[in-house]
Amino acid sequence: MKPARFDYVRAEHLAEVHDVLAENGNDARVIAGGQTLLPMLSMRLARPKVVVDIMHLPQLQTIDADKGTIRIGAGVRQAQLLGWPLLSDRQPLLAAALPWVGHAQTRNRGTICGSLAHADPSAEIPLVLVALGGTIELSSRRGRRRIAADIFFTGMMSTARSEDELIEAAILPARPTGSGYAFQEFGRRHGDFAIAACAAVATDKGTRLAVAGVADRATMHDFAALDGSALDDALDAFAWDLDARDDLHATARYRRELVRRMGRAVIEEARRCRA
Amino acid sequence: MATTATTWCGQSVERVEDAALLTGRGRYIDDLGVKPGTLHAAILRSQHAHARIAAIRTDAATQVPGVAAVLTGRDVTALSASLVVGVKAPIECWPIAVDRVRYVGEPVAIVVATDRYLAEDALDLIDVDYEPLPAVVDPNDALDPARPVLHDGLGSNIASERSFRYGDPERAFAEAAKRVSVTIRYPRNSGTPIETYGLIAEYDPGEDAYDVLSNFMGPFSLHAVMARALKVSGNRLRLRTPPDSGGSFGVKQGLFPYIVLMSLAARVAGKPVKWIEDRLEHLSASVSATNRVTTLDAAVDADGRVRALAWDQVEDVGAHIRAPEPATLYRMHGNLTGAYDIRHVSVRNRVVLTNKTPTGLNRGFGGPQVYYALERLMQRVAIELDLDPIDVFRRNLVPSGAFPYRAACGALLDSGDYMRTLETALTDGGFAELRARQAKARAEGRLYGIGCAAAVEPSVSNMGYITAALTPAERRKAGPKNGAQATATVALDPLGAVTVHVASVPQGQGHRTVLSQVVADALGLKFSDVRVVTELDTGRDAWSIASGNYSSRFAAAVGGAAHLAANKIKGKLAKTAAAQLNVSPDDVEFVGGKIRARGNPDNALPFSRVAATSHWSPGLVPEENQALRETVFWTPPQLTPPSDDDEVNSSLCYGFIFDFCGVEIDRVTGAVRIDKYVTMHDCGRILHPGMVAGQVTGGFTQALGAALYEEYAYGPDGSFLTGTFADYLVPTPMEIPEPLILHVETPSPFTPLGTKGVGEGNCMSTPVCIANAAADALGVAAIDLPLTPAKLAAHIHAAEPAPRSRPTVAAAPIKGRALRGSGEAHADASPDAVWRMLLDPKTLEALIPGCHGVEKLSDTHFRAEVTLGVGPVTGRYKADITLSDLDPPNAVTLTGIVTGALGDGRGSGRIRLVPDGAGTRLTYEYDAAIGGKVASIAGRLLDGAAKIVIRQFFTALARHTGGGGKSGFFARLFGGRA
Repeated sequence: MKPARFDYVRAEHLAEVHDVLAENGNDARVIAGGQTLLPMLSMRLARPKVVVDIMHLPQLQTIDADKGTIRIGAGVRQAQLLGWPLLSDRQPLLAAALPWVGHAQTRNRGTICGSLAHADPSAEIPLVLVALGGTIELSSRRGRRRIAADIFFTGMMSTARSEDELIEAAILPARPTGSGYAFQEFGRRHGDFAIAACAAVATDKGTRLAVAGVADRATMHDFAALDGSALDDALDAFAWDLDARDDLHATARYRRELVRRMGRAVIEEARRCRA
Repeated sequence: MATTATTWCGQSVERVEDAALLTGRGRYIDDLGVKPGTLHAAILRSQHAHARIAAIRTDAATQVPGVAAVLTGRDVTALSASLVVGVKAPIECWPIAVDRVRYVGEPVAIVVATDRYLAEDALDLIDVDYEPLPAVVDPNDALDPARPVLHDGLGSNIASERSFRYGDPERAFAEAAKRVSVTIRYPRNSGTPIETYGLIAEYDPGEDAYDVLSNFMGPFSLHAVMARALKVSGNRLRLRTPPDSGGSFGVKQGLFPYIVLMSLAARVAGKPVKWIEDRLEHLSASVSATNRVTTLDAAVDADGRVRALAWDQVEDVGAHIRAPEPATLYRMHGNLTGAYDIRHVSVRNRVVLTNKTPTGLNRGFGGPQVYYALERLMQRVAIELDLDPIDVFRRNLVPSGAFPYRAACGALLDSGDYMRTLETALTDGGFAELRARQAKARAEGRLYGIGCAAAVEPSVSNMGYITAALTPAERRKAGPKNGAQATATVALDPLGAVTVHVASVPQGQGHRTVLSQVVADALGLKFSDVRVVTELDTGRDAWSIASGNYSSRFAAAVGGAAHLAANKIKGKLAKTAAAQLNVSPDDVEFVGGKIRARGNPDNALPFSRVAATSHWSPGLVPEENQALRETVFWTPPQLTPPSDDDEVNSSLCYGFIFDFCGVEIDRVTGAVRIDKYVTMHDCGRILHPGMVAGQVTGGFTQALGAALYEEYAYGPDGSFLTGTFADYLVPTPMEIPEPLILHVETPSPFTPLGTKGVGEGNCMSTPVCIANAAADALGVAAIDLPLTPAKLAAHIHAAEPAPRSRPTVAAAPIKGRALRGSGEAHADASPDAVWRMLLDPKTLEALIPGCHGVEKLSDTHFRAEVTLGVGPVTGRYKADITLSDLDPPNAVTLTGIVTGALGDGRGSGRIRLVPDGAGTRLTYEYDAAIGGKVASIAGRLLDGAAKIVIRQFFTALARHTGGGGKSGFFARLFGGRA
């Protein structure tokens, strides 16, 4: 469990990160908190030629809240965001979900954007972004772009990021008045990858439910104002559409059942919160 | 000798070990320095469960600068002998694969280099040609003569079979009012020490001798196995242990094959070799407990009195029957009747070989498997006869006053009062309140169950019990084996201070503290006056085959031996002191650091002064009273060899446990919540209550893991699926409720201190106690571990109707790690054109993700180098692609086999081409299986990965022809709604 040889670049300027990515493409990996990348390197699952460290760039370490959005830089650690005093006021869904991300020890190192980059199908942070309709800000030598979360995640551990791009920030809408949120997760132990995680957002426009751990990425559906048996039917259809699979920890059928029951519970809770 | 009033024993004194451990000053194997020039080893391991090794090419690895040696099975067989096998069977057991691999993780080659990084780099350059063979995974399949045989010399996969009969079981079953039966499948799991295996091995060619420092824990009977494998006399294999070792739970017994391997590597490399096992290696290939299929029947009277038991055990020891197996099966043999007075027993034991990691010692060793069957059975007796389970215990427990009690299979239950202990547990543990709590919960519609379990906890193994695997005739031929030699040395130094040496090889338990208490009590000293050394050196210290840290032998055997050694030296000091105090030796007492005349405290000498006498003034002391260093060997006479009737007293001491618990199962998730857990122990006399509580809590925690979380899982192809702690789930403090621990003390009459073992009992009682509660909550008769939420929810969730909103997809049931899927893409070219592309190496090269050159072997057979990957996970593979069932230009089957350092995959897909306007609609369905490293560490993600790689191929095909995946439908196929 020792990594293969790689070069390490501690970037001092953003341009340096962009240069490394432009020059090395998929042979370069950005390291932030290292909570996923380091085990991958040690197990030799990943063998980049260059690892570029972005944790010494102060401009990436800011949380900016203004005009109804929250912008979280690529260097912001999960624990830092969790300790941000305004979090539960500005974005209660993220505040509810963050304690479910790994363990206190991994949150001390892991970053918000690192979790987005890794795109684990069970991960809470991509789930919250998809549920809230957040965006991802990418930058490269070629410039800067923003991409909506629901099209950013393209499959298991796969995103729309181009090889030369850095995920520079995650952008979330701040809580508008009159909205309600709910989050529930089930895993086998505290801190495990979710067997299913559900996040609901209720607004005057409808109720959205996003689910992680079931499909190959966080997946969202708008249930409008459905309730009663119509909501059950819609949840059933949604559960089937997620194309759940069996794995060591749970069956596909079990996951669908959690989507139906936990999904309903978070939808109702989000609506109650709104009321 | 006058007895000294106990002062230290029985108190929870501060552990002498903790100051160093809590301040990061523990000295573990990997913390110790090495000699200059020491090399580092890495091990290439099999990705296959079962395969013939056609060739191993090590040239490229050998040529890496810094690599000193590369060893394969051929080198090992040339320099050593097979490990001795514990059954009479024509099979060999090598510590490395020889011509054939039989489990995922089996060592195939060793690289020795100047550092571990380089050694791992060189592993990647070793090229092994495997010819995969079908794997045998399920122990019942191993009984089937039609299945492939793992060891040709054996002719089948049954390594040992024996039947036993005690009393008249046939008659008891014939006369019984009722026959109650359970069949259980006990899973594989492990104690999982925090510190993995580690060793530093050195070979001295001048003396043809090996010197190994390792965190091996014993039993040191394996020293003989290692020396014979290395082809040296016992005095040319010196084993040493570091001061600290980070847990073992039995598992570090399994280090011994690596001691042989690395000793040979050091010999070949001509330098000391260090190897520290990493966690991937540990989880896949250290040792596991056995998995076992047991059918157990009881002949029962109408009132619940059990008259006879019939055991049928199929024990799965994995790919090799490695010493000391089949010990897991026989450790419990003498006490197969548990805590019950059952006089008639039949036993059929079969030990089978499967393509899984070889098994070995693990906390509980054989107990979890036996009690899971026995205590599930006792619950079923109560249910099937409509009796209160507590009454079934009352009717069957060994009666009070019957001790020592000779059980049907030969165990001599040394002491106890099971009835009183049961009643005390019910009262002090609040059983009636728990029943009321259950009634209330059930009235509220909650799923609440109560479980109970009774067990005898054996400790201090009879070194002869394993020979019960042999027939009486075979035993006579081999010579009787028995006993449990324990040893301790007490030494006095010239300043009169006391040092104790033992061969107990602790791994964090606190042996040094307890021995200080025992010896301080004997000599009337402060416990801090006594210093204990537990590092073992087989070249210098007293030891024997039973030495080591297993079978809960410390308090009873080692503590007892230290007590005897201290008393031996005390007797001599008493005589010397008596002469100076002018009293008879019988009137001398050792109190408060003084040796004094009984009844006249002023007539006293300092202990240290008398203790130093034999150093400074030996001329004053008669030879028989010289007191410098006393070594005691102690073996209990009760541990006799198995009788000709196969009765075996497999252990010296038998503690008693009665557990009960209340659990609630969540109706939505199926998760088990332990509402209350009570564990009552009679472990004889307690020397250190704090450590006993620690042992019980630790055993309970590991048992909770076995009950709810842990399983070394294998796919049907033998691929190993739990290679990381993301899949092998060990409970953390968040998951562990605090049990209520109760005690009754009936001292053992057979041990010097009246003590018994206590560390393993909950590993035996707790898994089945929780399972009984879950079965009660759900009202089910059959329940196997681990009790995962999905497994339990299957009993709660109503049947699932087919999806309403869309046509039913005939989803084939997915077995194990078989990955299935289907998809569709559109190509802007006619079926004829697409067909030509699929058969053209140049086009294939462009289509296959990361393809580095296609070699055409025939029109339908290609070979290529490919780089496959998902996200950052990429690996280079050799691919072998064949096209079959050609139906131009309509359909073709594409079969691919890829092999690489991250694992191997094989998949097959049928591709259909249908004209679609000017282009072609391609539909495909595939079946794939992935094994090796990637299956072990990322099983959760394999399905998605297979999907992505296959999508890459068709996306490339579509792009090549200018088409594309159909939006919507395509998106839904590949991951949910857009």
